[in-house]
Amino acid sequence: MSMNSQGRATAPHAASHAAATATDAGATFTGNKALNQEEALIFELGNPGVVGVDLPEPATAKTRLGAVKPRGAIGLPDLSEPQVVRHFTRLSQKNFGIDSTMYPLGSCTMKHNPRLNEKMARLPGFSDVHPLQPASTVQGALDLIDQLAHWLKTLTGMPAVAMSPGAGAHGELCGLMAIRAALAARGETHRTRVLVPESAHGTNPATAAFCGFTVDAIPAEENGRVSVEAVKAKLGDDVACIMLTNPNTCGLFEPQIKAIADAVHAAGGYFYCDGANYNAIVGRLRPADLGVDAMHINLHKTFSTPHGGGGPGSGPVVLSEALAPFAPLPFVVHGKDGFALVEHADDTKAKPFGRMKAFHGQMGMFVRALAYILSHGADGLRQVATDAVLNANYVLASLQDVMSAPFGGPCMHEALFDDTFLKGTGVTPLDFAKAMIDEGFHPMTMYFPLVVHGALLVEPTETESKGTLDQFIATLRYLADKAKAGDAAHFQAAPRLTPRRRLDETAAARKPVLRWTPPVPAPAAE
Amino acid sequence: MRYLPLTEADRRSMLSTIGVDSVDALFRDVPESARLPGPIADLPNHQGELAVERHLSRLAARNVTAGSVPFFLGAGAYKHHVPASVDQMLLRGEFLTSYTPYQPEVSQGTLQYLFEFQTQVALITGMEVANASMYDGATGTAEAVLMATRITRRTKAILSGGLHPHYREVTETTCGVLGMTIDSRSPDPKGKEDLAALIDDQTACVVVQTPSLFGHVSDFTALCDAAHAKGALVVVVVTEVVSLGLLTPPGAMGADIVVCEGQSIGNPLNFGGPYLGLFATREKYVRQMPGRLCGQTLDAEGKRGFVLTLSTREQHIRREKATSNICTNSGLCALAFTIHLSLLGEQGFGTLARINHANAVLLADTLAKVKGVEVLNDGFFNEFTVKLPKKAAKVVEKLADKGILAGVPVSRFYPDIKDLDHLLLVAATETNTPDDMDALVAALEEVL
Repeated sequence: MSMNSQGRATAPHAASHAAATATDAGATFTGNKALNQEEALIFELGNPGVVGVDLPEPATAKTRLGAVKPRGAIGLPDLSEPQVVRHFTRLSQKNFGIDSTMYPLGSCTMKHNPRLNEKMARLPGFSDVHPLQPASTVQGALDLIDQLAHWLKTLTGMPAVAMSPGAGAHGELCGLMAIRAALAARGETHRTRVLVPESAHGTNPATAAFCGFTVDAIPAEENGRVSVEAVKAKLGDDVACIMLTNPNTCGLFEPQIKAIADAVHAAGGYFYCDGANYNAIVGRLRPADLGVDAMHINLHKTFSTPHGGGGPGSGPVVLSEALAPFAPLPFVVHGKDGFALVEHADDTKAKPFGRMKAFHGQMGMFVRALAYILSHGADGLRQVATDAVLNANYVLASLQDVMSAPFGGPCMHEALFDDTFLKGTGVTPLDFAKAMIDEGFHPMTMYFPLVVHGALLVEPTETESKGTLDQFIATLRYLADKAKAGDAAHFQAAPRLTPRRRLDETAAARKPVLRWTPPVPAPAAE
Repeated sequence: MRYLPLTEADRRSMLSTIGVDSVDALFRDVPESARLPGPIADLPNHQGELAVERHLSRLAARNVTAGSVPFFLGAGAYKHHVPASVDQMLLRGEFLTSYTPYQPEVSQGTLQYLFEFQTQVALITGMEVANASMYDGATGTAEAVLMATRITRRTKAILSGGLHPHYREVTETTCGVLGMTIDSRSPDPKGKEDLAALIDDQTACVVVQTPSLFGHVSDFTALCDAAHAKGALVVVVVTEVVSLGLLTPPGAMGADIVVCEGQSIGNPLNFGGPYLGLFATREKYVRQMPGRLCGQTLDAEGKRGFVLTLSTREQHIRREKATSNICTNSGLCALAFTIHLSLLGEQGFGTLARINHANAVLLADTLAKVKGVEVLNDGFFNEFTVKLPKKAAKVVEKLADKGILAGVPVSRFYPDIKDLDHLLLVAATETNTPDDMDALVAALEEVL
């Protein structure tokens, strides 16, 4: 079987094929299976002459296109509205979502997405406002950004926040650019090395490299933590910063974090905290009190804006006093006529390092996040972290006798298991995850963090009930026992009940087919 | 708290299973000095739906909405009509509340629409392949320049004076830290610049835009030929993607990378975000592309299915050697784009583009009759530049007081260039009525 660089299988098991034949008893004439409908590509459904929108004729036939010629046919399919609605409805039915099942992806914080947030983001006063309207016509929008900024600063204890980054990784880039600018202002451009623990998200080293730094990995300790000694051993006058995730990607709070921050500061470097796991600590402690200089906040994790199948996200970055002057453009200020936007370096005494994005940030996500924050309030947010940590520890405590937890407990908001419990069973973590799908659960994060062999990282979040957790735990206990009982074939053939069985990733990468192309008509018979 | 399902009894029972007395014991690794004893002071406690809705509705009411007034702003963000079914489909929980499709067997819905999206983007740009989207057009442009440097192993980029200034700034910021040379040309309100002569054997790429910031439409075929003759690439940026329903696409001009802001199709103005970066290129460059890609394959039963592919370019596999640090895409915005473009189809997309152009032609003809107003463009799509006898920013403020949002003063982007003070960018789309245009003209005549 082919494996990718994480030791993950990229092509289906042969056993899967055999099992497929065995399920043909469920075959139907159409290929549909009741609620599970086969659905063609939109390009295969078109019917020229049909329209999905009614548009008037243009008001004039006159054109002023200068030297540019009108284009020819594009090749888009023509469909009516009912056809389009049915197509996308059927596609939606091939997805798991948080709405339909527990989705315990570690590091992703798949919590309930309140529908009030969606309703608020669709108020025309937010959704139907242009980013370049005169400031006098967008005072409510600027006020909202300012209010969200106030919450983020107060919750984290940090004096400043850059609101514009469009996602977590984009926030990391923003933080590192601020650090770079601060170093340049200090005349210390020779600081080009960034320390990143081996357990870090892939975005950390990628961001550091993307920002022109060299990456130096800090080895993980046996207990899943980073030690101050390991950090000190790497410090030097060429170190720009450390990028540390806290709680870390093993779901553990870094107990030496303050000592690490102090050591990095003493060596003249900055402390970038990856805030992906902020959900575990929101309202229970303030990152400022740990010595953080910059931390991005994934509004799509902690503050419940929808993941949407992979975005859009939003990644504001809180900044310390030392980095605040370098925050990128634009930002909201309180002016003499109400709120104003600073869009040019000449309009501020600060030293913005540049611009991250067109316009002012992910406004639609700001509205959703503020709706979530106001709904919870200071007391509710603290309870969010508390329940998230409680739920994860409950899962850990309830499963560690049948699965294997490399670092024991307690954990923070994620329970980490490795594949020791599967040793000798012939079942891989991937197989295990696929069997969970047939049982109606979205799998946990697999094969991450890299510091643990065959990692299975479970993040239940605070929005799962005890009843759901109990069912999840019972299911995993059943599967763990089944694997140990030697029923590897059950796992290797899974999933059996999904719209598609295991997919051949190797073939997809070997000869990429990245778009639909019209079928070539068969040559006419002679 | 309506979003938290645990009861006090649940919590007690769970703590007992865990074997600790209190939740505080689970936070034992947090340094004592950093632990907060209770909710953070000076912040309000939780509120019901009604109270939150009231608070946010009041903020929303303090903004003038595009749909409530005669409205002519563009400059990279456009007011279009989005069919009701688009948003209804987006709100399906299986789309809204799913994650990146890392488990393809339970994510075929997301994967199939991404495959459809990639195909649509390739078709309208006239390119061979497209990715599953970027954060927005501006970050996509910066990524395109970085990709050109990887392909050519050269480090200089020439940015047109017609490029949207935010795109230029994001590119300068992003590429600047990597020590690249960015030759940003001065603003080109007349659309007359010639960049071919600037290309040398250090040039990785030339970045041009059509329609430009000032609304000029261009055919870059000659520029592409000149660049290719010197081993450089051409990045064509399109900030108004509806224009591709009418104009010769960049792919047909010989572009190597095409970046668009896709907001116009399916996505509301949203005060500037979230938006949707479209990113397309030639097949031979696909392994140098940033961002997610969805590909077709077969499942264990031999049925067609879709997976994320070529992820060996990406950060979660390659870490510091990745082509980009990008992790997400703009999934839901891409879905909105795909649904809207499916509704439009070949016929509707072309008609929509022709309506936009026709309305802009009418508006330009009408404005040209106002005393002292001069239209600078020969060719344009749905946006053009007018020169006013007074400072455009002042005029816009006065018109806003009269309930008309007249356009974007160029000084908003270039406050220090006095020559541009009198220029106003004016856009017309299918949403503008003849009454809107009459109102603009009447109000302009009053304030000029």
